[in-house]
Amino acid sequence: MRTIDTDVVVIGGGATGAGVVRDVAMRGYRAVLLERADLAQGTTGRYHGLLHSGGRYVVSDPRSATECAEENIILTRIHADAVETTGGLFVSTPGDDPEFPDRFLAGATASKVPAEEISVGQALRREPRLNPGIFRAIAVEDGSVDGWQMTWGTVNSAKAYGAQILPYHEVTGIERDGDQVRRVRAHDHKNGEDVTIDCTFVINCGGPWAGLIAGLAGCHDVEVVPGRGIMIAMNHRLVNTVVNRCIYPTDGDIIVPVHTVSIIGTTDVKASDADRLTIPADEVQEMLDSGEAMIPGFRQSRAVHAWAGARPLVKDTRVSATDTRHMSRGMSILDHHDRDGLKGLLTITGGKLTTYRLMAKNVVDEMCQQLGDTRPCRTAEEAVPKSESGKTYVVTHRLEDREADRMEEQIICECELMSRKMFLEEMRGRPSANLDDIRRVTRLGMGPCQGGFCSTRAAGLALHDGLIDVGRANGLLELFLKNRWIGLWPILYGAQVRQTALDQWIFSGTLDIEHLPEPEKAVL
Amino acid sequence: MPEPLEYPKAMLTRATLDACIKCTICETACPVSAVTPLFPGPKFVGPQAERFRDGESVDHSLDYCSSCGACTLACPQGVQIAELNSQARAVMKEDNMPLRDKLIGQTVLMGKVMTPFAPIANAALGNKLVRTVVEKTVGVHRDAPMPTARLHTFQGWMKKHQPPASPRTRGPVVFFSGCAGGYFEVETSIKTVEVLEHLGYEVIAPKQGCCGLAQQSNGLFDEATKSVLKLCDQLRSGGKDLTIVSASGSCAGMLKHEAHEIMGVDEEKLHDVGTRMREISEFLLELHAAGDLPTDFVRNDITVPYHAPCQLKSQGMGMPAITVMELIPGVKVIESGRACCGIAGTYGLKKEKYDIAQAVGQPLFDMVKEKNEGIAVCDTETCRWQIEKGSGVKTVHPIWLVHKAYGLS
Repeated sequence: MRTIDTDVVVIGGGATGAGVVRDVAMRGYRAVLLERADLAQGTTGRYHGLLHSGGRYVVSDPRSATECAEENIILTRIHADAVETTGGLFVSTPGDDPEFPDRFLAGATASKVPAEEISVGQALRREPRLNPGIFRAIAVEDGSVDGWQMTWGTVNSAKAYGAQILPYHEVTGIERDGDQVRRVRAHDHKNGEDVTIDCTFVINCGGPWAGLIAGLAGCHDVEVVPGRGIMIAMNHRLVNTVVNRCIYPTDGDIIVPVHTVSIIGTTDVKASDADRLTIPADEVQEMLDSGEAMIPGFRQSRAVHAWAGARPLVKDTRVSATDTRHMSRGMSILDHHDRDGLKGLLTITGGKLTTYRLMAKNVVDEMCQQLGDTRPCRTAEEAVPKSESGKTYVVTHRLEDREADRMEEQIICECELMSRKMFLEEMRGRPSANLDDIRRVTRLGMGPCQGGFCSTRAAGLALHDGLIDVGRANGLLELFLKNRWIGLWPILYGAQVRQTALDQWIFSGTLDIEHLPEPEKAVL
Repeated sequence: MPEPLEYPKAMLTRATLDACIKCTICETACPVSAVTPLFPGPKFVGPQAERFRDGESVDHSLDYCSSCGACTLACPQGVQIAELNSQARAVMKEDNMPLRDKLIGQTVLMGKVMTPFAPIANAALGNKLVRTVVEKTVGVHRDAPMPTARLHTFQGWMKKHQPPASPRTRGPVVFFSGCAGGYFEVETSIKTVEVLEHLGYEVIAPKQGCCGLAQQSNGLFDEATKSVLKLCDQLRSGGKDLTIVSASGSCAGMLKHEAHEIMGVDEEKLHDVGTRMREISEFLLELHAAGDLPTDFVRNDITVPYHAPCQLKSQGMGMPAITVMELIPGVKVIESGRACCGIAGTYGLKKEKYDIAQAVGQPLFDMVKEKNEGIAVCDTETCRWQIEKGSGVKTVHPIWLVHKAYGLS
C-alpha cells in the first residue's frame, strides 16, 4: 500500500478536475488528481467538440452565454493547440421560427456575445453544402476543441506546478477526522494496489458521478442527473464552420467540424446510470433527420462512429425533473460544511466544457476563502504546455507533418495520419496504457476504418518495442476492437457496412481473433 | 478561399471518398508509386489526405501524381481518386503556378507558332544545346519527346481537300481533330477523314480550338473551362445531333467526362457534345456491331504490340481498337498489359518528372521492343511520342492499319 501526503485531493479527471488541479497547483498547494479511468474518458471526451461562442444560450440562458463568450477567448489563448477557430453560423432552416433570429440578435447584444447577421448568399458561399432554403444566417465565434487534448494540456501544466496526476485510481473512501476531511483511499487498477492519501481538502469534480463520490464522504442526496446525449461522427468535414439551427435549443441542432470529421449532436434524455448509456436507434434517426435539415444529402454521407455522453445536470426545482435540457447549464458549488457539516469538501458540478476554467476558478476561490488564504487565480494568464505559441489548430496540420517526415516515417493509422513515432512516443511514455488510452491522445483508429488496419499494427509495434508481452498485445487488440464496435453497431448502414464487413473478414476470417488465447489476467 | 475549385463543384468527387474502405487496391495499380517513393500513392493523397484539406492543399508531393487514372479505374468501391487528386492539385498550385505549366498547356499556340517554321522548329527541338537552354529556363526536360511540326495544318488540308465523288450514303458526321491532330499528327487526322469518307460519310470539320485537357491536368481550371466550353460551341456549329468522331482519344475523354468530373463543368452544351462524342475505334466497332462496317479488308500479316492509353481506359469502353484491328485478316494484336507509358499528357515532359515517367514506361518500352514487327500501335498522341522515343519503334494510331486495309494507303 502506497501513502501520499498532500494538501488537496481533486477527484475526477475530466476537464473540470484537470482545471481544478491546475488552478490549485498554480496557487501553490500540493495537489493530487484521482481519476478512476483515463483522463477525459467520461463526459469531457463524449461531446460534440463545440467551443461555445455563447450563441446557443443567448435566449435561453443569458448568464451562461456571457460566461461562454468570455471563456471562449481565454481558452483559445491558453489551449491554442486544442482549439480550432472555425467560426459558427446560426441558420434558420425552412419551417423554423421566423421570430427567433431577432430574439437571438437582441439576446446576443444583451449578453455581449459577438454576433453579426450575414446574407443567405454569404452563408451559402461560406458553406456551400448548407440547405439553400435557409432564410436567416447569423455569424458567431464558435470553434471546436479537442476535449482530450485540452485536458492533457491542463494536467501537464498542473504537473509542471508539482501536481500528481493519477489516472486509473478509483476512490474507495473519503475519511474524516471529526468534522474535517483527512484522508482519501483509492485503488490503483493498473497495478492492483491500494493508495492512501492524507490531505486537508477534497474537491469533488465527479461530473455525473459527483453524487456517488459525495456519498463516499457520507454526504447523501447530492442529486446530479445524467442527461444522456448521443453524437454521430460523419466521415469527413461536411462543413468547415460550426452550423447551428437558429431556434430555441433542442435536439440535433449542431454540426461541428472537429479534426477530420463532422459531428452532429445531440439528444438530451434523463439517464439513470451514467455508466450505462445507450445509443437508441430512434435517436440515431432523429440526428440524421436533423442533419438533413441543415445539409441536404446528410443521410447519404458516411457515418463512422456514434457515442453517448452524460451531462452533469444539477437538479433544479424550477423545472420538471425529467426535462434535463432546461435544467441549469450553470455551475453549482456545494459546500458540504453548510450542507452536511463536513469541513474540507466541496463539490462542483453542472457547467459545460467551455466554462471549465471558470468553474475551477470559482471552486478554488471558495476553497481559498475557507482556508483563509489569499492566492489569486492565474489560469487565464498562462498558456498550457504546447500552446505557448498561441498558434491554433488547423485540420491541415497532420497532413503537413506527414508531408515533412514521409520519407523517414511509417504511418500506422492511415485514416488519422498517426506515425509510428507518434505512437511509440505515447506508448513508451505510458507503457501500461491500453490502445484506447493511446487513441484519445493520437486519434488511433478514429477514422473510417475504425481500427481495421491500424489496431494490429499498433499492438504489434508495442510488442516489438518490448513494451508489452504477447498476452497483453492480444488482449489490447481484442479490447480495442470490442470498444470500437460499441460505436459502430448503432450506425451500421451505408458505406460503413462495407468497411465493417472488410474489417470483420480480416479479423475473424484471416486472423481468427475470436480464438486468441485468453490473457492470463484481465486487460485494462 | 480558392475560386476555381468551389466546393459545390468538388462535392460530387469529394463525396466519393466516403466509399473508401482502405483496401489498398489502388496503391497496387498505381504505376508512379511503383517506381518512386516521391509519390505517396493514390490512397494517401486521395481519400485519406482529402479529409485533412480545408480549401488548402499542403501536401506538395501530390503533384507527383501523373493523373493517369489507373487508381480510379481499379477502385472496386467507386472512389474517384485521380479526380480528387487533380482537384487538390489545382488548389495547391493556384497561387504558385509555374510559368512552364502555363506554357505547356498552350497546345494551340505551340502548333500555330511552329507550323510556319516547321523545319526550323524541328531542327531547334532536335538540337541538344537548344533543349538544354529550354530545360534550364522553362523546365521541360532536354530528352523529353517533342512533337514534329508539319508544314501544313489539318484545317489547311481540309480546305483544299476534295471528298470522293461517290454519293454520300451515310450522311454527315463532325470530325474533332484535337490540337495535336490539327498541327502535329496531321496524317492521323487525314487518314481518319479518308476512312470515314470511304465508308460513305460526309465529314464536317468546323474550325476548332483546344479542349483544355493540358491546362486541366496542370491545374489551370479557369483557362481549361473556357477552352472546353468554346470548343463545345465550335463542334456544335457542325450540326445538331450529329455524331462527333475523334481520333484523339484523350481529348475525346475530356469532353466525355473529365471536364465534368474533374472541373465540375455542368453546362448543357458540354453534356450535349460529350454524349455525341465517339472515339474513332469505338465508332467503327459500333458500326460493326450493327452490321454496318464493310470488312473487305486487304490482308496484312503483322503482329502489333498495342497499348491502350490511360485516358482511353478511363472512358469505360474497353479496348475497341483491338477488335477493330483484328477484323483485318492477318493482323494479330498483343495488348501491352502495362499500366501506363509514363508521359501522362505533359507530366513526362517536366524536368523533375522525366526520370519517373521513363521508369513508368520502361516495362512498356521493353514489351514493344520485344514484340514489334516494325510498328507499335497506340490511340493518343503524346503516348505515341513517348513510346516511339522510349522504344525506338514507330508508333501509329490504329486508324493507320484500317486505312491501309481499305486500300487507301
